[in-house]
Amino acid sequence: MSFTETLLLMFTAILAENFIFSKFYGCCPFLGVSEHPDTALGMGMAVTFVMTVASAATWSVYHFLLVPFGLEFLQTVAFILVIAALVQFIEMFLRRYIPALYSALGIYLPLITTNCAVLSSALLIVQNGYEFPQAVAFGFAAALGFTLAITVFAGARARMETTHPPRAFRGFPITLIAAGLLAMAFSCFSGIKL
Amino acid sequence: MTVVLISVGIFAGLGILFGLVLALASRVFAVKTDPRVEQIIEALPGANCGGCGYSGCAGFAEAVVKGEAPANACRAGGEAAAKRIGEVMGIEVQALEPMRAEVLCSGGCGKAKEKCNYEGAHDCIAADRMYGGAKACPAGCMGLGTCVDICRYDALSVVDGVAKVDPKKCTGCGACAQVCPKHLIEMIPRRVKYSVVCHSPESAKETRQYCDAGCIGCKLCQKNCPNDAIRVTGALATIDYNKCTSCGICAQKCPRKIIRLVRED
Repeated sequence: MSFTETLLLMFTAILAENFIFSKFYGCCPFLGVSEHPDTALGMGMAVTFVMTVASAATWSVYHFLLVPFGLEFLQTVAFILVIAALVQFIEMFLRRYIPALYSALGIYLPLITTNCAVLSSALLIVQNGYEFPQAVAFGFAAALGFTLAITVFAGARARMETTHPPRAFRGFPITLIAAGLLAMAFSCFSGIKL
Repeated sequence: MTVVLISVGIFAGLGILFGLVLALASRVFAVKTDPRVEQIIEALPGANCGGCGYSGCAGFAEAVVKGEAPANACRAGGEAAAKRIGEVMGIEVQALEPMRAEVLCSGGCGKAKEKCNYEGAHDCIAADRMYGGAKACPAGCMGLGTCVDICRYDALSVVDGVAKVDPKKCTGCGACAQVCPKHLIEMIPRRVKYSVVCHSPESAKETRQYCDAGCIGCKLCQKNCPNDAIRVTGALATIDYNKCTSCGICAQKCPRKIIRLVRED
């Protein structure tokens, strides 16, 4: 795959096939950690970090361990295991050597161990048969799309804080409606044919 | 059959490998944490109200251990928490005088005049930016409840257009006093019984125009106070709580009934 194609792949992963708005992966942190733009950005950074590293790790496990033994059908279990161990390891490493980054990502890291966005990026990479560089680029771009979505949504929610919708819509219902509107806005990107 | 054996073997191998690596990593990357931090966190109320000025109870505990924060800075925890922290740190701790919040405004519905009909965001800070809110009095409580939202202890409510503190629930963390755009929530000592429930620094004439309840600075309280605890500056009386003995003479003399009993036992 050429460099241009990789760039196109990343563009698609960020906008046209945004993980949250067109695939509905990672909806729990999207709704749970989007109350303040700051924490939303922190969550996005943690997801970006983990997803990029996890894409590389799962690609290697799949191609060097599962394929040679003909165990492709066990990919889901293997990926969960690898991602969980990896996140745990990264957390310990950061805590020891980069405490600033640890305290910034701190609580979000364990949260995304079993996040469906991280797992699905690993599975999609296998499904689409990406090479190693494309796999890492895809993981990184998909996570950037996630970060974009959660940060934009947190901004919208911060605005909603000061509004008074009808009682029946207050709290979670209006949040879901806002998420739906944002998803419709993002669906415009899927019209771009590359 | 061989597929089953191979997959079991590979996953067992992976599991053991990851387990070993993680166990090793936890040794190699071990970070020494002070056990006193945990002990102090246990002694604190755990509401993360931020009244101490730190991000939460854990942040405060760390700062205490580092020696950056005074051991008695947690108002919500009060004397019990201060004492326990003193034990953990091995120092003598003097508990701060217990405080609570009081809203210094009496301009409820029908008393304070309104200068416009505000229909914007239901939030004091937003309303304050919009020409200082709907009430004519620039110092008065707008009653939109930003303090109610910020309170972690459910101690505030808006009654009759003015915020009201429930002294039983208030822990004195001071979050509401910080958030109020009119700065009319004051932290007062818990023992205090009487307070000037107005915050308007305007002249008597203007205060009368704005509100039927405000302090007009007549100085009757200052003249009658046996302890010399009340000072009228401009047209607003303030009580020096260090001198006040809660005798209640000022409340009897006040013609506008703006010095009031704020704590009923």
